[in-house]
Amino acid sequence: MKAAIVVFPGSNRERDAVAALEAASGTKPHLVWHRDTELPKVDLIVVPGGFSYGDYLRSGAMAAHSPIMREVKARADQGVRVLGICNGFQIITEAGLLPGALMRNGGLKFVCRVQHLRVENTDSPFTAKYAKGQIVRYPVAHGDGNFWTDAETVKRLDGEGRVAFRYVADDARADPRGNPNHSVSDIAGIFNAKRTVLGLMPHPEDAVEGLHGNTDGKPMFDGLVEALS
Amino acid sequence: MSAEATRAQERPVTLELAREFGLSEAEYKNALDIMGRLPTFTEMGIISVMWSEHCSYKSSKLWLKTLPTTGPQVICGPGENAGVVDIGDGDTVIFKMESHNHPSYIEPYQGAATGVGGILRDVFTMGARPIANLNALRFGSPDHPKTRHLVSGVVSGIGGYGNCVGVPTVGGETNFHAAYNGNILVNAMTVGVAKADKIFYSAAAGIGNPVVYVGSKTGRDGIHGATMASAEFTEDSEEKRPTVQVGDPFTEKLLIEACLELMETDAIVAIQDMGAAGLTSSSVEMAGKGGLGIELTLDTLPMREEAMTPYEIMLSESQERMLIILKPGREEVAKAIFDKWELDFAVIGHLTDTGNLVIKMYGETWCDMPIAPVSNAAPEYDRPWEPTPAAAPVPDSVFDGYSASLGDTLTKLFACPDLASKRWIWEQYDSLVGGDTRFMSGQADAAVVRVPGQTKAVAITTDCTPRYCLADPVQGGRQAVAEAWRNLSAVGALPLAITDNMNFGNPEKPRIMGQFVGAVQGIADACKALDFPVVSGNVSLYNETNGEAILPTPAIGGVGTLPDAMIAVDIAFKAEGDVILGIGDTANSKGGHIGQSLFLREILGREEGPPPPVDLAVERRNGDFVRGLIREGLVVSSHDVADGGLIVTIAEMALAGGIGAHLTGLDGAHLRALFGEDQARYVLAVRPDAAASVQEKAKAAGVPVTVLGETRGVSLSDRNGDIVSLKRLKDVNESWLPNYMSAEL
Repeated sequence: MKAAIVVFPGSNRERDAVAALEAASGTKPHLVWHRDTELPKVDLIVVPGGFSYGDYLRSGAMAAHSPIMREVKARADQGVRVLGICNGFQIITEAGLLPGALMRNGGLKFVCRVQHLRVENTDSPFTAKYAKGQIVRYPVAHGDGNFWTDAETVKRLDGEGRVAFRYVADDARADPRGNPNHSVSDIAGIFNAKRTVLGLMPHPEDAVEGLHGNTDGKPMFDGLVEALS
Repeated sequence: MSAEATRAQERPVTLELAREFGLSEAEYKNALDIMGRLPTFTEMGIISVMWSEHCSYKSSKLWLKTLPTTGPQVICGPGENAGVVDIGDGDTVIFKMESHNHPSYIEPYQGAATGVGGILRDVFTMGARPIANLNALRFGSPDHPKTRHLVSGVVSGIGGYGNCVGVPTVGGETNFHAAYNGNILVNAMTVGVAKADKIFYSAAAGIGNPVVYVGSKTGRDGIHGATMASAEFTEDSEEKRPTVQVGDPFTEKLLIEACLELMETDAIVAIQDMGAAGLTSSSVEMAGKGGLGIELTLDTLPMREEAMTPYEIMLSESQERMLIILKPGREEVAKAIFDKWELDFAVIGHLTDTGNLVIKMYGETWCDMPIAPVSNAAPEYDRPWEPTPAAAPVPDSVFDGYSASLGDTLTKLFACPDLASKRWIWEQYDSLVGGDTRFMSGQADAAVVRVPGQTKAVAITTDCTPRYCLADPVQGGRQAVAEAWRNLSAVGALPLAITDNMNFGNPEKPRIMGQFVGAVQGIADACKALDFPVVSGNVSLYNETNGEAILPTPAIGGVGTLPDAMIAVDIAFKAEGDVILGIGDTANSKGGHIGQSLFLREILGREEGPPPPVDLAVERRNGDFVRGLIREGLVVSSHDVADGGLIVTIAEMALAGGIGAHLTGLDGAHLRALFGEDQARYVLAVRPDAAASVQEKAKAAGVPVTVLGETRGVSLSDRNGDIVSLKRLKDVNESWLPNYMSAEL
């Protein structure tokens, strides 16, 4: 599997993504600077976490208009897999690859903690290595992770199997205590219609080795390598 | 703007102006003597910040010289932007802790944020990629009307800056005491790693070499910030809000990446950040260290505001700026990198052989000042000092009338502000970015962060027990260093060196100066005995408001190494049936040291007695033993005994693992033994099949070891049954801070 990671001014989790991808695939991903207008031929594009442009206008809003994002959208249209994590989720949502919006956390504070999630759909290379309903732990670290869309869209996303992950409490139940940012319907991550694009707030790339305390994120990268090699 | 308009804004240089700038009459006269004429307004401003307490260390220098600063592991000690220590394989760790106390009280969000930004720059300016941030915070009493607002602002400021720059905030400490009501302490520490052959220093070299300004534009923020930090507060101190700088972590992130990229080339001769006293201290220090002069022409300097004067530019403390001396002809290489990162880049001058600082703007010269004479004449005072009188021991009668159950007492202690969980704080910090964090605050005695791309790790801790330092500054200074050393040993790390952040009141008062002198002596004793030298540091004096001083707070940042991050152990009990061992004298037989203990303050309502004495030879013996056990893989969990004593230590380990303890080796009625804060002690959990061998090894090493009990159930219990359930302790421990922060004033 060949992968590219798009780096914006203010990206800060690109090295975490490089490490996770390299460990899973044995190949170093390409780092692509935001001002580049062309992407190498790759099977996966990762838009990493961080604070692109300082999050100064609205998280992801400025990065979404970077020259490279036109190319990312074109590739996504061709079916190249795109993974947007945290700020990357915000950027690809602002760029129109996914519906909804990410707002300030309901608690108004940045939150960094290990978060329990339920895998809602496994019919994608991102989630194929998990079991439907499986509870996994990924860290979250964000201030603007409050996903919002209208009730009708939530219903449609659920109906089309496009909700990838939901926040749950430590005892695996759906419960407000388990939702770190007041996202609508406890949504932590969603797919596009073809399930070739995944955006999520939690960080699977920071849960891939013993040092991280758990390896629940590893199956995502293993699954991508298996499907895209 | 013109020369004429500038002159119109300047004020006549008089003794009155010098006083306003924080100089004494003697210092003003000395300035006239050195210059041989009346200094210009700009020169007077520059001299006053160079001679401010904050920049000149005039009250503390004499004593700081007595600290041990060398050792085979030390590559660069105090005097540079940060200390550099060898961690083997051609790698180094570069670190420093610095205070941002005065600004954080006046404007908590920006004060704390720029504190983080400043210390980051001190570390990456030496060529290091920052891998961890920590912070040591002291707030006033929770009852004080400002405390909640200050906690909220400081924590979000630290998070807002550290999270954005992408450096994990992995540890620190937070205490509350009424002595900080009018002067909070915000001490920020950054640790970075660099290759030993790629370290950058600040001494300028090469006459004619270009002087380059990079980073953010200069504005009028922070003018005379260093002077503010060198005076006591009064009620009107909040009027000083305009002297607090504003941080831009996004620019800092770009500056880190751009500087590290430039450092990959061979274009740099010397580099320094613009911290306190901004362009003044960076240009004067770089030229001064190189024995050269420097000529700056400020017209091309990137400015954020209209019509700035040379005085304002030289004294501005605008953030996220660096000064670089380039090799000749490398301007284009450097400019291309800063253009890529969309940062300002301007050649603003060159090095000269005159030894003078020359400032030109609007076609005129505003400053022509000899650097060495002014720097060398920076005052150095041997201020009068009085030793702190010894406190009387705490008599047994203090326990008269105490009748609470052990369970109730523990519950009360776990809900007190100093022991309460600080989760509300550390969940606002990104502790994981980088993917190299093994342990963060609350998990283990020291944070453990892997060196990027390697298996080895750095362990980091910050420590100080101010109530000990108030009662006995010498023992308190020793204890702060010993506890840092112990916390590193408790995770299995080999302690290497410290940075010290000396926070005290007004040094012009002999009682306060005595606290400082005593603490330095204690720190020096411990550093020598533990081979744990001071490689960087910072002094913050005048932490007083209306004559009320803070507790003496020499915060120690300790750094150690582990050959493999995965060797490190945390505090959590892991399984039932493990044997709980006390290492060091558990004081059952001798009574236990209750003076200045948390039990005495929180349960009996008394702050008295001497602090626990520190026997540095015993400290070293016990710590070396524990580290050896961990490296042999014999230890499951490890925690040093500190605030609250032995029983609190065990309860913390139980809470962290969600597994209780059945305690057969403790006498539940022996309050001094349970809550005494005797030093050089650890509690370990070991597998049952390893217990005998650990005991034998302890005997061979001459280290006292006691079987305290075993891990079991979901409560603390002894022969008489349950003492307290973990659920009860956890509920009060986790709820105090969130409840406090969400309560109405």
